[in-house]
Amino acid sequence: MSVNKEFVKFDKVDKSYDGKVLVVKDLQLDIAEGEFITMLGPSGSGKTTCLMMLAGFETPTNGEIYLDGNAISSIPPHKRGIGMVFQNYALFPHMTVYENLAFPLRVRKIPKDEADKKIDKALSMVSLQGFAQRMPGQLSGGQQQRVAVARSLVFDPQLVLMDEPLGALDKNLRESMQYEIKHIHESIGVTVVYVTHDQSEALTMSNRIAVFNDGKVQQLSSPDELYEKPVNSFVAEFIGENNTFAGEVADISGGKCKVKLASADILANPISVKGKGERTTVSLRPERALINPSDKMDNIHKGKIEEVIYHGDHTRVRINLLGNSEFILKVPNSSSNLDIKLGNEIKIGWNSEDARALDPK
Amino acid sequence: MSSETKQILTTDGIPLEVSLKKAEKKNKIKAFLLVAPLLLFIIITYVFPIGDMLMRSVDDKMVTEMLPKTFKSMEKWDGQDLPPEEVFEAFYFDFQKLIEEEREGKLSTQLNYTKNGFKSIIKKLRRKSKSFEEGNYKEQIMSVHRRWADVEYWRAIKRRAPAYTYQKYLKGIDMYENEKGEIINVPEDRRVHRILWMRTLEIAFFVTVFCFLMAYPIAHLLATLPMKYSNLLMICVLLPFWTSLLVRTASWMILLQQQGIVNDFFVMIGLVSDDNRLEMMFNKTGSYVAMTQILLPFMVLPLYSVMKTISPSLMRAGKSLGGTPFVAFWKVYFPLTIPGIGAGCLLVFILAIGYYITPALVGGASGTLISNQIAFHMKSTLDWSFASAMGLMLLSGVLVIYWLYNKLVGIDNIKLG
Repeated sequence: MSVNKEFVKFDKVDKSYDGKVLVVKDLQLDIAEGEFITMLGPSGSGKTTCLMMLAGFETPTNGEIYLDGNAISSIPPHKRGIGMVFQNYALFPHMTVYENLAFPLRVRKIPKDEADKKIDKALSMVSLQGFAQRMPGQLSGGQQQRVAVARSLVFDPQLVLMDEPLGALDKNLRESMQYEIKHIHESIGVTVVYVTHDQSEALTMSNRIAVFNDGKVQQLSSPDELYEKPVNSFVAEFIGENNTFAGEVADISGGKCKVKLASADILANPISVKGKGERTTVSLRPERALINPSDKMDNIHKGKIEEVIYHGDHTRVRINLLGNSEFILKVPNSSSNLDIKLGNEIKIGWNSEDARALDPK
Repeated sequence: MSSETKQILTTDGIPLEVSLKKAEKKNKIKAFLLVAPLLLFIIITYVFPIGDMLMRSVDDKMVTEMLPKTFKSMEKWDGQDLPPEEVFEAFYFDFQKLIEEEREGKLSTQLNYTKNGFKSIIKKLRRKSKSFEEGNYKEQIMSVHRRWADVEYWRAIKRRAPAYTYQKYLKGIDMYENEKGEIINVPEDRRVHRILWMRTLEIAFFVTVFCFLMAYPIAHLLATLPMKYSNLLMICVLLPFWTSLLVRTASWMILLQQQGIVNDFFVMIGLVSDDNRLEMMFNKTGSYVAMTQILLPFMVLPLYSVMKTISPSLMRAGKSLGGTPFVAFWKVYFPLTIPGIGAGCLLVFILAIGYYITPALVGGASGTLISNQIAFHMKSTLDWSFASAMGLMLLSGVLVIYWLYNKLVGIDNIKLG
């Protein structure tokens, strides 16, 4: 059985609420069957709007959304058969956990004994057996969250949408729920579209991540690619930490480019620059730069240590390097790094391949 | 270990419990002093008048005090035949004393409540008694009017002997205690109060239903519209609330009368002909329309305050789980609004059941309620004890409804905002 690569398809979707501003611009997005895809972006970037359009609570201003090959824009939400987990769980407070889970089965007129089996299965999936007769108000936040997940899955939908479901939980619980949701997804193979503004959540859970900004998908790729190879400076800034140099391309040749900064030239990897004279922002991950590089690196510069912050397993060092006083280095804590002292001048090196010359900010 | 060694002491050596009580006592006194003005106010303006009303409704001392000798001599009378001479004699002396104090008019009013026909014969007795001779009062009194020779009237006097009576309550539900002490219905053509009670319940019930039907969508809109529109709508709901009740009722009179705006409009669009204008005032319709409008905010506000707390994502959840919009509403939204419905209905029903000004002005004869009857007895017939009895019956009716409501819905489920 071949996997449907276009299980969900956004085809040139525009959305505007007031007729003046486009919240979603010309969205083109394919989601494969069984995939866990995350829409990640700052608030107001249009990710939740996309989810609401998919769920049927908003209609696209232009374009069409397809679910398994069928256009769904004119289908009301209750006929779409899409499971959804809401930001504040949206459990029905006047029903027990059992009744909450039975709701989608009852409206589908599934016989009671079959429904009971499904409810049992769904509750055991989120390890909440024995909680069926509790009211939602008697459960902790994490338990309510699990009930919400179980409820969205109990009627065996092919697609489940999750709208920042872990936003209200504390950090530890959030992390354990991330794994739990990931494992549920792996065990039942349902397609999940997940919305969050928390990048670590997105990196942990997803097969692919769509980074939203300004109503557009900036980059759609796997978590590692997103982190290692951001295609523009927004993605580089938004995902993880990032050191930047703004400059002008002086030369491009052989897969490398020379970027002229105010005080010196550096070598970088040309990603979105085409020719000489272009403005560019060079992006470099903090862990890709080394202190006192021993091996041959094609960028070696001197900088002055301005701040040292102890973080337990590593030390963060802020350095004034080539006119950028916000240059951050992550140094693993080991006995060999004892000369990191405030005010010291140190040598810093990195490979030009890791320094990505992206669009200017 | 003895309990004494376990006792925890404060640093001053006083047992902790004692010093805690001391500290709390101050707080208790403070709390009491804070509520004292209100408590006093409630006692003076609420508890005391209601107690007084209760006393008045059963108090029958007036006649007892006016005819002390008569009632004493009547104790031996079996009530079968005309009372013996000594009763007549005692009555004569009591009556003479009342004439001296100019209180015989009150006696006639009181006795007339018990049995019609006392007024004229007491007046006549007063005139004739001036020329009474000593002795044989039975003959002399009986000769004043033939009703004085009727044993029924003497039985009526005897029935007023006890200092306390529940007659007024019986009268309130169109019953009375006859000469033999049986409690029976008054003749059908004289049953006014039962009709009024039923009409009061009916109007209060339907006004509640109408208010609910109109308030529910308004409250829903109020709770879901964006702020700038919902504020405007809220003002529309509250504006009539801030207007004087009398003004609003009077404006309904202008609107509803036969030459009024509503009728003019109906004639204009050809719904009714000009010579056949609708009667919408001085009947039940008037009471319904005006009371529904006036009581509407009392339904809207509790509903609104409850609906405001219902997250819109619940309806969305209901729909996304496969419920049609109706199912999502009926199974999810509606059950969550029940506390508001309960509060609103209870509030409107209780206010409607005791409504006075509006039915008095626009209700006419067929639209008046029990409270109008109470006012009538307070102001016109001056039968305050009967008015008190009906007032208390109304109050206990409300308490019964409250109790029933508590049984059915649970008072804890109420949310007034």
